[in-house]
Amino acid sequence: MTTDATAAAGRGTVRRLAGTLHRRPRLRLTLLLTAPLLWLAVLYLGSLAVLFVSAFWTTNSFTSQVVKVWSTDNFHELLTTPVFRQVVLRSAGVALAVTVLCALIAFPVAFYTARVARPRWRPLLVVAILTPLWASYLVKVYAWRLILSQGGLADWTLAPFGLSGPGFGLPATVLTLTYLWLPYMILPIHTALEQLPANLLDASADLGARAGRTFRSVVLPMVLPSVAAGSVFTFSLSLGDYITVQIVGGKTQLIGNLVYSNIELNLPMAAALGTVPVVVIVLYLLAIRRTGALHSL
Amino acid sequence: MEGIAIRLQDLWKAFGETTAVAGVDLEIRDGEFFSMLGPSGSGKTTVLRLLAGFESPDRGRIELAGQEVTGLAPFERDVHTVFQDYALFPHMTVEQNVAYALKVRKVPKAERLVRARKALAEVRLEGYGQRRPAQLSGGQRQRVALARALVGRPRVLLLDEPLGALDLKLREQMQVELKAIQREVGITFVFVTHDQEEALTMSDRIAVFERGRIAQVGTPAEIYERPATPFVASFVGTSNLLDGETAHRVVGTPGTYNIRPEKIRVLKESAEADQPDHTSVTGTVAEVVYLGDATRFLVDLDGGGRLTALQQNLETSSEDVAAYRGTRARLTWHRRHAVRLPS
Repeated sequence: MTTDATAAAGRGTVRRLAGTLHRRPRLRLTLLLTAPLLWLAVLYLGSLAVLFVSAFWTTNSFTSQVVKVWSTDNFHELLTTPVFRQVVLRSAGVALAVTVLCALIAFPVAFYTARVARPRWRPLLVVAILTPLWASYLVKVYAWRLILSQGGLADWTLAPFGLSGPGFGLPATVLTLTYLWLPYMILPIHTALEQLPANLLDASADLGARAGRTFRSVVLPMVLPSVAAGSVFTFSLSLGDYITVQIVGGKTQLIGNLVYSNIELNLPMAAALGTVPVVVIVLYLLAIRRTGALHSL
Repeated sequence: MEGIAIRLQDLWKAFGETTAVAGVDLEIRDGEFFSMLGPSGSGKTTVLRLLAGFESPDRGRIELAGQEVTGLAPFERDVHTVFQDYALFPHMTVEQNVAYALKVRKVPKAERLVRARKALAEVRLEGYGQRRPAQLSGGQRQRVALARALVGRPRVLLLDEPLGALDLKLREQMQVELKAIQREVGITFVFVTHDQEEALTMSDRIAVFERGRIAQVGTPAEIYERPATPFVASFVGTSNLLDGETAHRVVGTPGTYNIRPEKIRVLKESAEADQPDHTSVTGTVAEVVYLGDATRFLVDLDGGGRLTALQQNLETSSEDVAAYRGTRARLTWHRRHAVRLPS
């Protein structure tokens, strides 16, 4: 008897609470959003702010202790030292090259999975494209190290043609990163091509356009925002990477490596270097926004 | 001299197990407004897609202006299509959409612009050239699709239920405009619709489709007044189909007959109906439906059978007609309006 009554009372309380929440949408919203917003503001934006502020500090050159004295020396050094400038340009170049390669490879693949393959096979093909993402990042990069090592798979395959593999270095880094981030480019393009109405292609042919013209005038402009959306992933993931380059990059240095090597000796300099990719990506996003790509993310 | 714009010979098309088009023969004349009418799944849209080249037939032959085009791709045929959902290119402006056929044919830019503007003027959309399709209403999009298909002056224009998505008022207005535009430009229009009223209003000739075949081809009046089969009679307009014993009793001879409701006059039972060549029967009014401009009477005939009669509301009001329910009535019609159908 008593348990029944308690249960009934409990149900009554839940009911009242649900009713209150239903009548007060703002309260509902507050309860829903407080935790994630705190996470975003404190952990994410907060750490970015700390990064940015500490970039203006300096270190005691004898003890490597951080000295909290306001100074723009780090940025001055960053902009005037040729090595830093080279590394920044090289990193942006790698990110750009990876993005272009991903787009060039992803387009035909996505075209096949979205429009050429039989409809019943399409979901399976998408899964196949996603499977590499389930494997560990390190496993995949070390696999590439084996492929590209001296006498490895790349050398062995190319030997009959009198060629050899690229070895470790910048090309190997671009190649490996392209492999790593390719699914992030294929997926948005696949979705865009899949959603492209078939009757637009019919209409183009009907008005006299051959396949090439239809591709240039109808398919490409409608899918371009998705390519841009995919490029946001490939570009920013490549720009932030510092492990792949350590494993297959030989002596190549990217921004990430400089941050890594400065963190012990000169934390403020590492912070200043760390703001560079953030700035580059913000500029990239601003450029992308003009294409309308952020709507298709 | 009147040429043949389209000739179809023994056209067949199946999708898997379903036969969509089962042996269609058809000739469409130059400059004609030709409608293909039928319920959904009757094969009319498939015939249109075969004409455009989006599908290729399993068997048969398609000729366009005397030239065989059966195996040709859509871009090799002098035929343009207005699609059911318009299929406007969303990333282009209205003007770019309309000029597309000209751009593909490498017409110089200046001429392209002039002709696109002229085409937009033809469909009364001057000044809308810089908008995007998303910024237009359904009726406006419809006109852009029409201008885009007309700008290249194709030999034949195909229209796939182009008015289906519009509301009734707009649809009636577009019917009149479409017909006027067709007369102006003089291009052969092939118009697919499931709306019999639309087909009757606009067409020079109509082909009625039934399960992949053409049941009848003729002018609207022929289709309506002299339906060739019970299916045509019941699909186009409302009809009273009489057969068997009822037909024998009412018409006098056995067979299947159709009488259009508006041909039947409803009189008082006592009225003298001895006009020459008229048929006269008596019955009880089972139901009266007031339609505003007209009233529909459902009359149970003495001896069995039911006829629907339609009377214009010249003097009567809704209260008046309600009083007829349950009363005795005499129905008369001229003998020639009982149309014999092949059974």
